Amino acid sequence: MPEERIVLRNCDIIKPERIATYLARDGFKALSKARDMSADQVIEEIKASGLRGRGGAGFPCGLKWELARKSEGDEKYVICNADEGEVGTFKDRYILERDPFTLIEGMAIAGYAIGAKKSYIYLRAEYHYLLDSLVKAIGQARQKGFLDNFDIDIREGAGAYVCGEESALMDSIEGKRGEVRYRPPFPPTRGLWGKPTIINNVETLMNIPRIVLNGAPWFSRIGTERSKGTKVFSVSGDVKKPGVYELVLGSPLRELVEGLAVAERVKIVQVGGATGRIIPYSMIDTPLSFETILGAGAITVFDETRDTIDIVYKTMEFLAEESCGKCAPCREGTEVLVEIMGRFSRGEGESRDIIILGQLSQAMMLSSLCGLGQAAPTAVIDSLQYFKDDYGSRIGEKQGGVAG
Amino acid sequence: MSKTAERVSTQLKDPQNLLILLKEAQRRFGYLQQERLAELANSLGISISEVYGTATFYAFLATKPQGRNVIRICKSLPCFLKDSGLIIESVEQEIGIKPGGSTADGKFTFELTNCIGACDIAPAMMINDKVYGELTGRKISRILKACE
Repeated sequence: MPEERIVLRNCDIIKPERIATYLARDGFKALSKARDMSADQVIEEIKASGLRGRGGAGFPCGLKWELARKSEGDEKYVICNADEGEVGTFKDRYILERDPFTLIEGMAIAGYAIGAKKSYIYLRAEYHYLLDSLVKAIGQARQKGFLDNFDIDIREGAGAYVCGEESALMDSIEGKRGEVRYRPPFPPTRGLWGKPTIINNVETLMNIPRIVLNGAPWFSRIGTERSKGTKVFSVSGDVKKPGVYELVLGSPLRELVEGLAVAERVKIVQVGGATGRIIPYSMIDTPLSFETILGAGAITVFDETRDTIDIVYKTMEFLAEESCGKCAPCREGTEVLVEIMGRFSRGEGESRDIIILGQLSQAMMLSSLCGLGQAAPTAVIDSLQYFKDDYGSRIGEKQGGVAG
Repeated sequence: MSKTAERVSTQLKDPQNLLILLKEAQRRFGYLQQERLAELANSLGISISEVYGTATFYAFLATKPQGRNVIRICKSLPCFLKDSGLIIESVEQEIGIKPGGSTADGKFTFELTNCIGACDIAPAMMINDKVYGELTGRKISRILKACE
């Protein structure tokens, strides 16, 4: 199946510095249509489409909006999560560079739907060079009158992967350390400054105008039973054609990795970044969907020259460094996982480590406060399942004793 | 001079502006000295430990002196696969310090950073706000020599 550019339909076609080019391609017609509908009707349309969050968690978008709409209060917020810190993910960057207007329109529709007059784009610090063009795009939309009664401000991060987690993100906007919050309450009930808030990924919001314009059935006919629409992927690593590709959900991983990105002699594909799955080549025909394997869109390809243990070790190093530190399972657990993987990396693993890795992973998955800690053991668990021999070959001669 | 769209509330005493004000202070003074942290704590009516806690949480905030050009080389897996190790060595050779340090003349600070979302042009780095990709030893030399 070829690429299906729905989210990316305007990329490299419109000029992001000229709103006229966006208007020429149905720009802001969806917002106009939405404003002729009732807010409840807009939400029903999004619910019926089956759109699920595109930032990795896959929560039903319409349901999230409905919860915020039903929350009491005049002060509500829309937040666009443009923190995109997951390793190997650059699809939101690609979108922001090329089509900020669809995002702006999506945010305005979201604001109308839940009754929010203020919104933020939380932009990671590393994307500061995109700030100017985003500000200009918002300015053009405002000048044309599309953002009456709806403010879009930009808040920048300062270098913290965990601030891509929605509750840590809100703490960051509130000027604090990016620490994860206890839930409940969830953001649509009590979020930014305690007010009802929806946080949506860039790509999720990019889907909104088309769904409003074309209707929910158009969208829900694309994809699988539980994964409607398309997904934008960013492919990197041992591939001839790294880059951003958009496929109908349910497409096989092989099509993306070997077909579009032209990878050869693949050993492992890491699907979903550091908190993502370790997929051996034998499973390359696995379809990409929420019900099988997906993530936020990061696809990193490792060929046969690459070392499994090193991949997992470097993955754990990243997660241990980025843990916010609030909950013990993640703060302590990631450090232990790094220590153990480090020893395996040096050929000093012990057979009892395998048991510890398994037990610790289960504990972290069950008891960590957020997705970082809950998914941190994923690479360990997957690699133990599919590459057990690689661990075995790194078990050192000294067992149970202190390294001499 | 860096541009920002962040509208700081006219109520400068508002603790919600802490992160914005920390970044502003770093832009003006080069890094976040103890005195700056104390001033902020005072004007916002919060404890200095809270200010310090926020200042030390974020990778892009510095509580130690920084060079004029902050080099951040990505050490994450996609760049690692494209020989970021060689790039790190090239920078070491070019400016004479290892990651984690700053040059004595105040020109460079050298850090390793986590994925900056430039994996399609790996190996990649940032110098201050600018991203450089598809790096080679030769490009490193050229880029660093052009820094002021």
